Amino acid sequence: MKYIDEFRDGELAKNLAQSIAATVQPGRNYSFMEFCGGHTHAISRYGLSDLLPPSVRMVHGPGCPVCVLPIGRVDLAIRLALEQGVILCTYGDTLRVPASGGLSLMKAKARGGDIRMVYSTTDALQIARDNPGREVVFFAIGFETTTPPTAVAIQLAAAENLANFSVLCCHVLTPAAISNILESPEVRQWGTVPLDGFIGPAHVSTVIGSRPYEFFAEEYRKPVVIAGFEPLDVMQAILMLVRQVNEGRAEVENEFARAVTRDGNLKAQDRVAEVFELRREFEWRGLSVVPYSALRIRAKYASFDAERRFKLDYRSVPDNKACECGAILRGVKRPQDCKIFGTVCTPENPIGSCMVSSEGACAAHYSYGRYKDMH
Amino acid sequence: MGEVKRGYVRPLDLKHGCVDLTHGSGGRSMVQLISELFAKHLGNEYLGQGNDGAVLPAPTFNGRPGRLVMATDSHVVSPLFFPGGDIGCLSVHGTVNDVAVMGATPLYLAAGFILEEGFPLGDLARIVESMAAAAKEAGVPVVTGDTKVVERGKGDGVFITTTGVGVLPDGLDLGGARARPGDVILVSGSLGDHGVAIMSKRENLTFEATIESDTAALNGLISAMLATGAGLRCLRDPTRGGLAATLNEIAGQSGVGMMLYEKAIPVKPVVAAACEFLGLDPLYVANEGKLVVICNALDAELLLNVMRAHPLGRNACFIGDVIADDHHFVQMTTAFGGKRIVDWLAGDQLPRIC
Repeated sequence: MKYIDEFRDGELAKNLAQSIAATVQPGRNYSFMEFCGGHTHAISRYGLSDLLPPSVRMVHGPGCPVCVLPIGRVDLAIRLALEQGVILCTYGDTLRVPASGGLSLMKAKARGGDIRMVYSTTDALQIARDNPGREVVFFAIGFETTTPPTAVAIQLAAAENLANFSVLCCHVLTPAAISNILESPEVRQWGTVPLDGFIGPAHVSTVIGSRPYEFFAEEYRKPVVIAGFEPLDVMQAILMLVRQVNEGRAEVENEFARAVTRDGNLKAQDRVAEVFELRREFEWRGLSVVPYSALRIRAKYASFDAERRFKLDYRSVPDNKACECGAILRGVKRPQDCKIFGTVCTPENPIGSCMVSSEGACAAHYSYGRYKDMH
Repeated sequence: MGEVKRGYVRPLDLKHGCVDLTHGSGGRSMVQLISELFAKHLGNEYLGQGNDGAVLPAPTFNGRPGRLVMATDSHVVSPLFFPGGDIGCLSVHGTVNDVAVMGATPLYLAAGFILEEGFPLGDLARIVESMAAAAKEAGVPVVTGDTKVVERGKGDGVFITTTGVGVLPDGLDLGGARARPGDVILVSGSLGDHGVAIMSKRENLTFEATIESDTAALNGLISAMLATGAGLRCLRDPTRGGLAATLNEIAGQSGVGMMLYEKAIPVKPVVAAACEFLGLDPLYVANEGKLVVICNALDAELLLNVMRAHPLGRNACFIGDVIADDHHFVQMTTAFGGKRIVDWLAGDQLPRIC
């Protein structure tokens, strides 16, 4: 595959691994957080940690869209499907996120909810056009990558007067989550989570650009290297982070220059700004309530806002007590530190959201790396 | 199964007609459907007996009594017609392969049809014709069958269950518990073709490149392999759950581990690209005409040569080793140089979000 295989070349990986090993300073430990689930997945799937020297530790971050979705939000979607009888459309992984009462969207579907997996918002719009007598709700989740398509869908629905279409908006913002981690006592005061730098998001950065990270580099003195989701991208970014740490620099560097610019995709940003505004606060799984960390639909498009249309009231639901997803999403614990990892909580029966998506830290470690805990 | 005198009955309207409830009610329409469609295309001396069951000769292998192997498989594929095949030929291949991978010679098939009211008779005829062609090519006749009709909305067009019977010579055992550390793992060709062909035709997903299903009967290839007398341990066709599920199954049954080499695993570029695009892993995607072979390492070369000489094994290759592992993990050395598990699939393969 052109433009893909070049970034998975084993020989180049070996060279990069040698460079990293030669660049790390003896006696020094390096701890980097890959914010995105896409990076977590690449690290696990390609066995990348086998290529890193023991002094480099990767900490998984909260950038997995379904992992940060709190139970209460999934409950809202399930209520829409089961109680209001809407056709609920959403992206694949979301179907398996555990909700209250032992339900998930997948289980709600088996109980008669009309819940459909779509590949894009255009599919959801088409379902609304094909079913004029039914309410069709798009359960919109994800970071800045998936936000512009939702904005476009709402604009198209408005232009077409597609009155039976609405969006349950749960879009969240990356910079707010990074701030939250950097401000957490584990990082700031106690130092229990050593963080020497970040691998910055790939797809999110194509939309928002590299500029938003400049604040973190400057304010918190943490280097950020924006990297693509291919394994060589991640290796190269790690090398760049090690160099920054060695030289005492804290800058934003862009390894993913083939897709990311400093300003990002201005057209997409305009669309998003036209349709959405900041929410005063939003509950994240693992990070609890984070101020100004999510988007809601502007009053101008109120008729397409499922929360207003169906008068939904959000109820926060605590996670299962034994579940460590919160600590894992903040980098405080590793999946294997959780008591129920791999015993009660498995990919077949996820208790916490990190076990749901293959981008989740727990699912990635369970599916690709758990043999390391046993040998 | 009776017959209705031709001159007094309007033939089935294959152009505009649809299945209705009378086609399953035991009356004249049912007999007509059977004789004009099923018997016409699938007909053979056993099906022609027209009784409630087929009377078959006791099976022998090279003139000596063997053991019976029986397998059944229900087919509910959607869409019914896909690039490279349809539910008709698939229902023959699936069951013939299940019998053949046991080392048996498939002899007979039984077919049960569940038809949905309103299903176009023309489409049904295409399916039955394709089934007949597949049965003929595999040399395995359909000797008995059944037809039921369910109300509109209670089926998905056509469901077909086929059951196959074969004969296995005494002394031959290719069960999943026979893999041993030191054995090697081969595959007969590229992986993931069927599943991606199906997905590419599902609602709302169209690719410019055509990806064809690999659906095929493997009994010919397998009999050529058996004829070599090579040290075969175990054969499987990696259908649902793909190569990953098949190898995890064998690793568990045999109490061994496996080490795959990602670079050696054949995946067509177009299939790899579609999987990349959809967020799927080709190792978990279904195949319908591929063979996973576990054999004595010393015989690998001999088997690969025989496989490559057969049209269905042209791209056969070595993909991994059976190793000792108390945890029965299937591991893989990635093309990147690291290691990871190739685990059971959890739930369905759902596309990732970003």
